[in-house]
Amino acid sequence: MDPTVFITQILMPALWQGLIITLELVILTAPFGLLLGIGIALGRQYGGRWLSAACAGYIVFFKGCPLLLLLFMIYFGLPTIGITLPAFTASVIGFILCNAAYNSEYIRGAIKSIKDGQMTAAQALGMTKAQAIETIILPQAMRRALPGLSNEFIYLIKYSSLAYMITVVEISGAGKLVATKYFMYNESFLAVGIVYLALVTLTTYGVDLLEKRFAIPGMVQTSGG
Amino acid sequence: MTSEYILRIVDLHKNFGDREVLHGISFNVKKGDTIVFIGPSGTGKSTLLRCINQLTEPDKGHVYIDDDEVTGCGHRISEYRQRIGMVFQNFNLFDHLTAVQNVEIAPIKVRKMKPAEARKKAMEELRRVGMQDWADHYPSELSGGQAQRVSIARSLAMDPEVILFDEPTSALDPELTREVLEVMKDLAKSGMTMLVVTHEMGFARSVATEVVFMEGGQIVEQGPPAEIMKNPKHPRTREFIGKFAEH
Amino acid sequence: MDILTILVQWGPYLLGGIAVTVGLVASALAIGFVLGLPIALGQVYGSRILRSIAAVYVWFFRGLPILVLLFLFYFGIFPVLGLDFPAFVVGAVVLGLRGAAYQSQIFRGAIQSVSEGQMTAALSLGMTPWMAVKAVILPQALRISLPGWSNEYPEILTDSAVCYAIGVMELLTRTSQIVSQTYVTMPVYIACACIFILLNYAGMQVIYRVEEKFAIPGFGVKAG
Repeated sequence: MDPTVFITQILMPALWQGLIITLELVILTAPFGLLLGIGIALGRQYGGRWLSAACAGYIVFFKGCPLLLLLFMIYFGLPTIGITLPAFTASVIGFILCNAAYNSEYIRGAIKSIKDGQMTAAQALGMTKAQAIETIILPQAMRRALPGLSNEFIYLIKYSSLAYMITVVEISGAGKLVATKYFMYNESFLAVGIVYLALVTLTTYGVDLLEKRFAIPGMVQTSGG
Repeated sequence: MTSEYILRIVDLHKNFGDREVLHGISFNVKKGDTIVFIGPSGTGKSTLLRCINQLTEPDKGHVYIDDDEVTGCGHRISEYRQRIGMVFQNFNLFDHLTAVQNVEIAPIKVRKMKPAEARKKAMEELRRVGMQDWADHYPSELSGGQAQRVSIARSLAMDPEVILFDEPTSALDPELTREVLEVMKDLAKSGMTMLVVTHEMGFARSVATEVVFMEGGQIVEQGPPAEIMKNPKHPRTREFIGKFAEH
Repeated sequence: MDILTILVQWGPYLLGGIAVTVGLVASALAIGFVLGLPIALGQVYGSRILRSIAAVYVWFFRGLPILVLLFLFYFGIFPVLGLDFPAFVVGAVVLGLRGAAYQSQIFRGAIQSVSEGQMTAALSLGMTPWMAVKAVILPQALRISLPGWSNEYPEILTDSAVCYAIGVMELLTRTSQIVSQTYVTMPVYIACACIFILLNYAGMQVIYRVEEKFAIPGFGVKAG
């Protein structure tokens, strides 16, 4: 088959459909992964003995368990105990759980890198711990965690590809289906690769802009690690 | 029913591990007093201040502000802290907020003041410490003395009954120390009740209503500055004051 | 059938899977090191062309998802090059090439953070640049890089599971086989997750021992 025809009439439309699914997966996961990540970080850092331990356990499990295995558990495993989810939903849930675990580590590192004196001063002014966390600690911590969080966002874009393994036809899946049907492997996968490279590069630029926008003069941007 | 004393400290004890840092400290503060604590470093003076607003919890003893007991009050400590201000050696300004935002944030969040009102009050306090022109600057853009003055304004914005100063000028260069001490002098003159831990003997001599010499976690001697600084009775006090003869 | 019986019956099978997984990870780390270090050296000391090639390599292998890389190499590149290797080899190669991209950045940061003065001192003692790099820069840079490896390892371990997609008989693939043959699902998956978590922990312990062994007193993570 003529390569140009293949690319324009078969590959690109298919990839376009897949790209939409990829973007949907990422856009649905990101905010919840961030919120849950903040929650886990706060629970781990400020929670009592049990809450802190539970959050630590959460992180150990969802960082140590391969994302693909997690997706299998949700999509194939849960039905055996009565919870059947559509593949797309299962994917998003898996991504959120995993994303949150990694996010929480960056956020907690950022929280720990803020000088003790900030919390002390806030409490001395009569703020409760919760108020201090909300108005003083978190705004600074989120700025410091930004490089790590944006790193995780880029990982999310790439790992959304695993949704194909539980039947969600996002862009990698679309590429593979076209490739196997027309025996055009290199072309299809390279095209898919180019799309990912574009997504990742665009996101990196976007994040740079974001970091500049939220920078505060004199404030260290990276967490102490 | 207001008490004769705005602050009463009764028999405070504090251990860190097996080190006894406060050995039963008791004293009373009247409204408008400026009490200056002097003594060798590491003798519990800072710990004492932190026990008053419960940033450090004492092991034994009681603190009363206007006859309300502060010790052992659990969650309600936030309420009491609104009435007791604190100025730190390292200023502890909130790095992500401008000067005026630093001053207005507690009134807004804790006192639930309306932002416009809080902004007005914040600018008033900044004016009081001479920092009104730096309202929109971030802490990183301020010198040490300027930062400390903003920190004082931040405490003042909560209209405290007492302000605790924990070595407010120890982290500052000599030139910057003066501007902060001037603000503190004005504050004392205006009638603010202040407890100050410092090594600035000149300040103690000219501004204090009472000087307390502490060593080894205990009050060794206390009295009016003229007495303590010129004619100390206790040999240890004499020895300590002697080191600062030139001041 | 309960989970314990399954584990006993399929134990050896699973162990084989663990061995394959470990093999994948070890290959990835090894290839990553052997390739990553020269790439880093090329980026720090190389000519402009060398730096560009290195940059493109890193951009490509970090920008593509592991799944796409596996598909690309297994269905596309290897066949086109006439290489008929088992899936394990393809998996190891892909993980290794990608690992090299990530590791090169860790090495690059470490090499650059060894202070300029060290190189200057070495040269003034009469060493050639190459000698200086080998004797002075690298020993320090490699130690600085060690903590970076503690981030690499968990990532490579969880990525090895994606090799399921090209049929490598590693731990996840074998777990799926067990599930489909015994019809026991969640307990088997959870057991698999536990094994991965243990492998993660064990590997990190090894890395910490290595860090301790090579530590120099007073030599912090960030040099200079």
